[in-house]
Amino acid sequence: MTAIWEILISASFWAAAIRIASPLIFATLGELICERAGVLNLGIEGIMVIGAFAGWMAVYGGMSLWGGVGVAFLAGAAFGLLQGLLTVPFGLSQHVVGLGITLLATSTSYYAYRLALPEVTSPPKIEPFQNWEIPFLSEIPLLGPALFSQTPLTYAAFGCAIAVSVVLWRTPLGLALRAAGENPAAVEAQGLSVTALRMGAVIFGSGLMAVGGAFLTLSAFSSFFFEMVNGRGWICIALVVFGAWRPGKAVLVAVLFAAFDALQIRLQQTPVGAVVPYQVFLMLPYVLSILALIVMARRAEVPAALMVPYNKGER
Amino acid sequence: MRLEPIAHPGLARRLGPPAAAIVATVLVAALLAALAGANPFAVLGQIVTGAVGSRFAALETLNRATPLIFTGLAVAVAFRARLWNIGAEAQLYAGAIIAVLLGTGALGSPFVLPVSALVAMLAGACILLVPVLLKVRLGVDEVVTTLLFNFIMVLIVSYLLEGPMKDPMGMGWPKSAALIKEARLPRIVEGVRLHWGFGLALISAVLVWLIQTRTTLGFEMRAVGQNIRAARFAGMPVNAVLVKTALLSGGLAALAGWSEVAGLKGHLSSDLSPGFGYTGIIVAMLALLHPLGVVVSALFVAGIFVGSDAMSRAAGVPTYIADMLLAVALLFMVLAILLTRFRVVRG
Repeated sequence: MTAIWEILISASFWAAAIRIASPLIFATLGELICERAGVLNLGIEGIMVIGAFAGWMAVYGGMSLWGGVGVAFLAGAAFGLLQGLLTVPFGLSQHVVGLGITLLATSTSYYAYRLALPEVTSPPKIEPFQNWEIPFLSEIPLLGPALFSQTPLTYAAFGCAIAVSVVLWRTPLGLALRAAGENPAAVEAQGLSVTALRMGAVIFGSGLMAVGGAFLTLSAFSSFFFEMVNGRGWICIALVVFGAWRPGKAVLVAVLFAAFDALQIRLQQTPVGAVVPYQVFLMLPYVLSILALIVMARRAEVPAALMVPYNKGER
Repeated sequence: MRLEPIAHPGLARRLGPPAAAIVATVLVAALLAALAGANPFAVLGQIVTGAVGSRFAALETLNRATPLIFTGLAVAVAFRARLWNIGAEAQLYAGAIIAVLLGTGALGSPFVLPVSALVAMLAGACILLVPVLLKVRLGVDEVVTTLLFNFIMVLIVSYLLEGPMKDPMGMGWPKSAALIKEARLPRIVEGVRLHWGFGLALISAVLVWLIQTRTTLGFEMRAVGQNIRAARFAGMPVNAVLVKTALLSGGLAALAGWSEVAGLKGHLSSDLSPGFGYTGIIVAMLALLHPLGVVVSALFVAGIFVGSDAMSRAAGVPTYIADMLLAVALLFMVLAILLTRFRVVRG
């Protein structure tokens, strides 16, 4: 127990938790926007891969780091456009299309990576984002290193959460978007286009997911390697449910989840880790996600029109 | 734009879009080959000859199709009842683990093969039963839970292969001990690298087709899939139907892993499945969830994989082209099927 306590009061632990949470926050917000508008986006896992790849490739090719983030967003948005076209105006199964998009985006990344770098054995590196120390604030004990000594992309993740929350709950656009996921016929009666709203949400949300993927290559690590997303996208879908489809709660559960992840990594180095096989620790994030889904299953208010295609003039 | 159902689609309407989807997929393949700096015609030719060009190639394709028929059937059965089993990969590994547990000396001949096949099916069914019970009892969406089980299962296999099931004679490699001779599936023809797992897969496809078309359960599964509320209103035991579907689906997926270990590999290693569980989804969708169609589409998908491997060695085009083509084929095909029944109108 003392081992756990010592980990919990160390600043490096909380700094790691916030760092691990950052890509999850981007991707969870992206999925949340899609689902609020009524589209379950199972392309998330592949879109994170394409974001990680495209962002890294752009920087490797000479672009600035922020340029790489932009490229990642556009790459994600492009796959979002495809996902949106097939599921919104054509109303195809969101499950099937989403899994197809995940396979397409993942294999596209791998194919392009192999084409661009045919003969590499160890993945080449780029110079990733460095930490920005916020003056004064970063000197607060415990809180400072955790919150105010992170890379700019982490600050962007939290900024993004505030922006998404404000747009969804304080603007007419947000109201229309949420209504498209609750009662699309009412939106249409207002003279707004459900198709346009849902398409916009899926395209923008997919862009955010890709930025979450790019965090892995441009901030957390400095190279792109296969299997690096490793189920994070699926975990984000669970986080949306656990966060009850609200941006603020989504950030909170992402950080909580990341804290558990950071804890299991550190526990592996303690006497506990010597007894328990490391696979058990690696399993924890997935087990935790399932538990989160079970806890929230009966409580959360799912957007009423989630996964229900809308065809104008049809009842 | 808006979709309008077509009351009586003509022959051109029913065949045109799927044909266009196939042509479009081939065009994408040519484009991808050109992007890699290879001659598109040569690449397409090499994929075809690599898949069926020789006796060896064709047998390789049949071998590769075997686990895909099982996972494809597993997905088709589940999706037909709108049970989104994305966890065939986990169920596959459950079957593979049982093949090793019972096949390395725990059971003697002649019972070892049938017993271990049945226990493997049971294990796969149990793995799927957890998410399905969570769905029917607590309303937990099964898509994410079955997906997450895949990751958990891969870690369990990794643990078993580095711990209790590790082959002491394995030179330190994380793989299990070899199966005893009696626990191996025999070859269909002596001297040819094709095992009875393929035969079992074909039999399974026919059995699933019979269940779906000739039994009450098959009727109920379709009814639940088409309209769960109507099925409930008609007094069908919807939850029981979903549980039975899960048992069948999980059992079929487990046979994929079981037959790979007992038929092809003879031992379990963590690279047993290069995503057969996930590819099963594509196989099932391309077959429009028809059990006999699954056999055809599994052969097609296996051909793409085996052919691309051969082509990649010769032409230097990355093998990931196979996954890209399958994803493109899937997306084109679901769209094409929609367009056989609906027309797009403006407004």
